[in-house]
Amino acid sequence: MNTVPHWGIFITEPMILGSDVLIVLTSVAIVFVLTKFKKWGWLWREWLTTVDHKKIGIMYLIAALLMLFRGGVDAELMRTQLALPNLSFLDAEHYDEIFTTHGIIMILFMAMPFIFALFNIVVPLQIGARDVAFPYLNAISFWLFFFGALLMNISFVIGGSPDAGWTSYPPLTELGFNPGPGENYYLLALQISGIGSMATGINFLVTILKMRAPGMTLWRMPLFTWSVLSSCVMILFAFPALTVALALLLLDRTLGAHFFTMLHGGNPMMFINLFWIWGHPEVYIVILPAFGVLSEVISTFSRKATFGYGSMVFALVAISIVGFLTWVHHFFTMGAGADVNLFFAIATMVVGIPTGVKVFNWLFTMYRGRIRMTLPMMWAVAFIPCFAIGGATGVMLAVAPADYQYHNSYFLVAHFHQALIGGAVLSLVAGMYYWWPKMFGFMLDERLGQWGFWFFNIGFYVCFMPQYALGLMGMTRRIYTYPAGLGWTVPNFISTIGAYMMGIGFLFIVWQILYSIKHGKRDVTGDPWDGRTLEWSLPSPAPHYNFATIPTIQGRDAWWMAKQGELDKKDFLPDKDDIKPIHMPKNSGRPFILSVSFFIIGLGIVFGVIPFEVIGGLGVAFCMFRRSFEYDTDYYVPVDEVIHTESALGRLQG
Amino acid sequence: MAGQHQTPTAHHEPSFPWQYVIGYVLSLVLTVIPLWLVLDHVLTPTPLTIGILFCAVLQIFVQLFMFMHFTHGDGSGEPAYQTVVLSIGYFFTVVFAGASIWIMSFSSQVQ
Repeated sequence: MNTVPHWGIFITEPMILGSDVLIVLTSVAIVFVLTKFKKWGWLWREWLTTVDHKKIGIMYLIAALLMLFRGGVDAELMRTQLALPNLSFLDAEHYDEIFTTHGIIMILFMAMPFIFALFNIVVPLQIGARDVAFPYLNAISFWLFFFGALLMNISFVIGGSPDAGWTSYPPLTELGFNPGPGENYYLLALQISGIGSMATGINFLVTILKMRAPGMTLWRMPLFTWSVLSSCVMILFAFPALTVALALLLLDRTLGAHFFTMLHGGNPMMFINLFWIWGHPEVYIVILPAFGVLSEVISTFSRKATFGYGSMVFALVAISIVGFLTWVHHFFTMGAGADVNLFFAIATMVVGIPTGVKVFNWLFTMYRGRIRMTLPMMWAVAFIPCFAIGGATGVMLAVAPADYQYHNSYFLVAHFHQALIGGAVLSLVAGMYYWWPKMFGFMLDERLGQWGFWFFNIGFYVCFMPQYALGLMGMTRRIYTYPAGLGWTVPNFISTIGAYMMGIGFLFIVWQILYSIKHGKRDVTGDPWDGRTLEWSLPSPAPHYNFATIPTIQGRDAWWMAKQGELDKKDFLPDKDDIKPIHMPKNSGRPFILSVSFFIIGLGIVFGVIPFEVIGGLGVAFCMFRRSFEYDTDYYVPVDEVIHTESALGRLQG
Repeated sequence: MAGQHQTPTAHHEPSFPWQYVIGYVLSLVLTVIPLWLVLDHVLTPTPLTIGILFCAVLQIFVQLFMFMHFTHGDGSGEPAYQTVVLSIGYFFTVVFAGASIWIMSFSSQVQ
């Protein structure tokens, strides 16, 4: 049970003490390196204040990989505890904290920044824009996410992590049952990063609708951009429900309201209803961009246009609408009535149809294509069987009467890991590999990547297939240990081996990245994969203004058509006489300071420290006030500079 | 901001944003009324629900017209995307509110 902030926790728990020491040592090391190499100014000018979508995307990606590591360590700890019956590697409270943070971090602080990384890096380049519609807001989005994630992560060492599951259901999360700061951390961290997510949704919606290059109609847009558009629409309508649910629970906890308590007219089930109005669309928010990545990767490495472009777009839009009508399947067992469960069971099965359309289209795209089994393609191909099984078990769970058996069992755990790892992670890693040269200008080592691929993917099946069986054998989720003699020991042990294999796979990917930074082949062509879409017409990495002159788009996959001789390739290169001064946004340190202020407010509310709330609140107000009266927000890149850059890249015509 | 627009952004002559102020005040009033209805137990449950929903719908209109440029075109002849997106938003608003009432009333068996 969690109690009031017990500062003694610093010295009593060896694992937390270890984390403290590690955090202090790492911080000292970072400060030392930055000071020794005089990099503070560089850090501030080039990264902390940047509004360049490419740099923001890279920061999202680094954050996502770090959080994947943190969430992965949580997973390994849990699997170690469950490897054999009656282990006491973790106690019950610690186990509760770890499965809670594992879920929150993997969904909100790993998957979300990972998709936002790809949004940022790819979308403006794919549609022929020089930045997003609101670059300043984009920086705010990133830094709010960053400080939300930081707030979540420091909970482990300061005051105690949340321990009521990533769904945080009341009444367990009400003050009476959970008095420590842990749940406050959860509520504030999600709320702060949620503002950022919502702003990103708006930003990319507007960017895609308003900033496409001339000639790029909606029906000529690459499928990844379409998937981002659908995902943004979902963000726009799903996140407010989470904001409301979290805010009401926070009012319960801090101001003594009774929205979700058991007494005084409160109804805890309403939180669950609101949470899943957001929670189910959230799954699609993460997976639609992953679908987009697959369409790009499979089409490029099959050297064919995606089969059934129109049906792909239709499927994306259909999922983004029907995906909003399925949320009750997360709590069929609440017993809202047969009519309610029937409606949502059918809606859940219906959403499988457009998803199936997409899977068949990818298969038909590969059919008779000239397939190249590069790293991104391997991850994309591994996705298909994995996600098919995840989808099939999902339809099993959608059968409301049967769900009373599966509910909260390891069958469910195996299902959603298969849908989210098999669906989102595999394709996001494919996307990372695919666009890596575009981000950094060098290729990743293929051999190390293949080791990572096989360890991760074989490990995945070894880890999660036994969990389906465990679920059917009656093992419920979130138990921290189990007795011997139930027949659970062997499947659990196998599952733990699989989890370690996935961990080794991740380490190979990290090794691959570090190795390739030093030894990776430079990408001098800008088009290492023989790509189809506009981003491959630019050098790798793209200059900060992206396009010296904005090309006019004359077809779907225009860059591919140009390479096939159907269009003039020179249209994609800048002509000396056409270059004009380029209008760009100025960097600003305010998004960073604004987000630090939000972080201080967050800390203040978590511990009920009013001075922190006041200082943070003044900081936020000050930043917004200053922004309201700021007119000098943009500048022009002079023609000479553009000509100089482009001719150094050997792209200048005329 | 950045992008295709090569002409410098024109800064309009700042006039006092009355529309926003009125919208803000109206929103506050339309929030305080339901709060008062609930806190002072003015109505029985069914009229109370209807009253709250009524204020909520009114507030949606206030926000759409006062803040969100619902009726403004951008003058470029492009389709009015905001109308499409807001229609979807309207659909979802009705679905979320209506379905939540339906789900949470435990209508068929549990009472």
